[in-house]
Amino acid sequence: MLSIGLPHFLVVGAALFALGIVTVVTRRNAVGILMGVELILNAANVNFVAFNHYVDPARLTGQVFSIFVIVLAAAEAAVGLAIVLAIYQTFRTIDVAETDLLRE
Amino acid sequence: MHAPIASGPVHAATVSWLFLIPLFPLLGAAINALAGAAIQKRWGKRANHAIAIGAMVLSCVVAEIAFWTMMSRPAEGRFFENTVWTMWQSGGLIVNLGFFLDPLSMTMTMIVTHVSMVIHVYSVGYMAEEPAYWRFFFWLNLFVFSMLLLVMGSNFAAMFFGWEGVGLCSWGLIGHWYQDLEKAKAAMKAFVVNRIGDFGFIVGLFILFWSLSGVWANDRYVPERGLSGHVKGTVSDAPRVAPGGVKLGPTLDFRELRNQVADESTGMAERLRGMSLWGIPVLALIGIFMFIGATGKSAQIPLYVWLPDAMAGPTPVSALIHAATMVTAGVYLVARLNFIYALSPHAMTVVAVTGAVTALFSATIGFFQYDIKKVLAYSTVSQLGFMFIGVGVGAYWAGIYHLMTHAFFKACLFLGSGSVIMACHHEQDMRKMGGLAKYTPITRWTYLVACITIAGFPIASGFYSKDEILWKAWTAQGLAVPGIGQVIYVIGAIAALGTSFYMFRSYYMTFSGEYRGNQGHGGDHHDDAHGHHGGEPHESPRTMTWVLIALAAASVLASFVGLPMAWTGKAPLFEHWLEPALPAQARVPFAHASHATEYLFQGIGVGVALLGWLVARLLYKDGKSAIPARLKAFFAVEWAIVYNKYYIDEIYDATVVRGSVALGRIAYWIDQNIIDGLVNFFGWLGRSVGYIDAAIDKYVVDGAVNAVADATIGGGRVLRRVQSGQINTYLFGALGGAIVFVIVQYVIR
Repeated sequence: MLSIGLPHFLVVGAALFALGIVTVVTRRNAVGILMGVELILNAANVNFVAFNHYVDPARLTGQVFSIFVIVLAAAEAAVGLAIVLAIYQTFRTIDVAETDLLRE
Repeated sequence: MHAPIASGPVHAATVSWLFLIPLFPLLGAAINALAGAAIQKRWGKRANHAIAIGAMVLSCVVAEIAFWTMMSRPAEGRFFENTVWTMWQSGGLIVNLGFFLDPLSMTMTMIVTHVSMVIHVYSVGYMAEEPAYWRFFFWLNLFVFSMLLLVMGSNFAAMFFGWEGVGLCSWGLIGHWYQDLEKAKAAMKAFVVNRIGDFGFIVGLFILFWSLSGVWANDRYVPERGLSGHVKGTVSDAPRVAPGGVKLGPTLDFRELRNQVADESTGMAERLRGMSLWGIPVLALIGIFMFIGATGKSAQIPLYVWLPDAMAGPTPVSALIHAATMVTAGVYLVARLNFIYALSPHAMTVVAVTGAVTALFSATIGFFQYDIKKVLAYSTVSQLGFMFIGVGVGAYWAGIYHLMTHAFFKACLFLGSGSVIMACHHEQDMRKMGGLAKYTPITRWTYLVACITIAGFPIASGFYSKDEILWKAWTAQGLAVPGIGQVIYVIGAIAALGTSFYMFRSYYMTFSGEYRGNQGHGGDHHDDAHGHHGGEPHESPRTMTWVLIALAAASVLASFVGLPMAWTGKAPLFEHWLEPALPAQARVPFAHASHATEYLFQGIGVGVALLGWLVARLLYKDGKSAIPARLKAFFAVEWAIVYNKYYIDEIYDATVVRGSVALGRIAYWIDQNIIDGLVNFFGWLGRSVGYIDAAIDKYVVDGAVNAVADATIGGGRVLRRVQSGQINTYLFGALGGAIVFVIVQYVIR
């Protein structure tokens, strides 16, 4: 019988990461990009928790890290949305293709 | 002979005010140099000559005080010294600016100050119409200062400053009318010829200094060859004091030199006799090189040529510098170093023979000159020759005595000629004179007295000095060649005959007969506004005639200090007076001859003077005799040779002058072609290397730098596209990079 092991979690984490990367890279909507970033962070969380459970269950290092990441993600989302609002006020759009002031 | 004194070491009394004697003329010169032109403009010429003559009077007074102080002392106390400051010090050698008076330099100082003073007074009349009055008196005062430094300097260094100073002043005064090219040339000639002599002086001094160096070993002062050793041994390492307490070793000080050389007990004289340099006795070398210096200053063969040309200067200058004082510096030098010359028969012989040959040679040139000052110039050269006979044969006092009498009578003659020249409106040619006895009685009588003096009649001093010299020459035994003294005597006697002849010739041509100046007047006199050209000759102002009378009187009165021993039974006063200063005097041997012989020679002396006078009288009195013209026509070639001074100037011009110029041309050619060629070659070489260097810099170094810059610019142009501003693109880049990194990790692993 096939039991659920570490590789399964890693595959889920990898899939989440890939989806996040694709979202970040392909989306032109700034809010979409922020959502992709959330996916990537959560992919990392899956990995932390899975490794903690299967490699060193006696301690809670991975769990603690994932808590940190969640806190960080919340802060990041707040800052990111504030930036998006600022961009919107400046450019009247949140399309990242339009906001190319750093070009050359 | 009487007791020889002061052959041992002499000690000098310190007399702190001697420096005043040369100081006053220096101050006078300074005032006239710095403010003379302004003074002349503001207060007139009187102020200029008041300063100059005032300085001379003060100097004379101090000299008189020194003289009488010296007279009041005993013979061994007649050495005065005054050290003003130390000029330099090097090891044991100390050179002071100091003044030293012994009877010899006292005599010179008295002659210089007094003759200078009367000539200053004379110049007031003679130069009255001179625009650059202050300049003349500046040079005259400076000359007196230099001359006093020369005679009073306590060492060779001080003396040499004076020696060069008088040469400089001579240049300035001969060239007083420097706008005239001939006069400027004469000044230059005098200066250059003097420099040649000065070189000899310096060389002689170096050899003397060198030969005194030594070290103390085995209780004796032994010579040490070369100066390097001397430099090593400084004051501390050897007690260079002879048992008698005399300091030994190189010195420039006359008294120290005299003490170690003249005092036989130090062994220095013995040592110097034994030394030689390049195989020649060192004493002869010293004597001869010093004498070369003397020939330059005192116009002896071969360096006499400047003196006749020096007559281009104003007549008071000729009288002061070129007759009475400066030209006697050489005689003074030899007399000052009598203790050195007395040790070397060779040097003595050279001096005496040169003197004799010069005396005769220049006397013959004087025979046929028409320029009155040229006659006197050659006469001066001739009389200086007599002085050198005196100091050469070892009769130092007689040489100095003749120096003194000559200073009086020749100054009188020159000033008389100046008076004549003024009387004739700046005419110097005796053919255009004549008959002046009527117009210028005082000048005539003083000139006659001086002629009698120089010719050697026993009523005036010239007889005593010249006769003593010739007598000493006849009896001399200290010379290197036996019998040479008698030869010198004969040459000297003939020269004395010539002297009498040409002097009375000049007298008769000038003062007897009729005045010839009004016919075709207009010679080459310098063009100052003398007021009454072509008029009657006139007597000179009283400032000039008084001076003439004073000098004529001195010429006669100077006899009394030189009356010969044969007459009085005692040594002449002058000899006795000079004795402390001439330690070698008693040591030079002379033959003993009876008084009858001496009377005979005195008779010969008077005889030649009479003969010269009678011939001159026969030929030239009143300018009536036709004999001179006939003789001149008969001996045309010989006459031309003598009249043209044996073409010596031309010979010098063809050899020495042209030689120097040719040497200069060769040096110029070498400079132009070889030195400049080398320099130019190296310049060209440097420039070529520079070109190559520039090319490398331009194409290689700059090329590399530019290539790097171009590559950077190109790279930037390409890479700037990456900077799109599209966040997605950046993320793509980051992702791609990460993937590549992972792949690389795998591959390398």
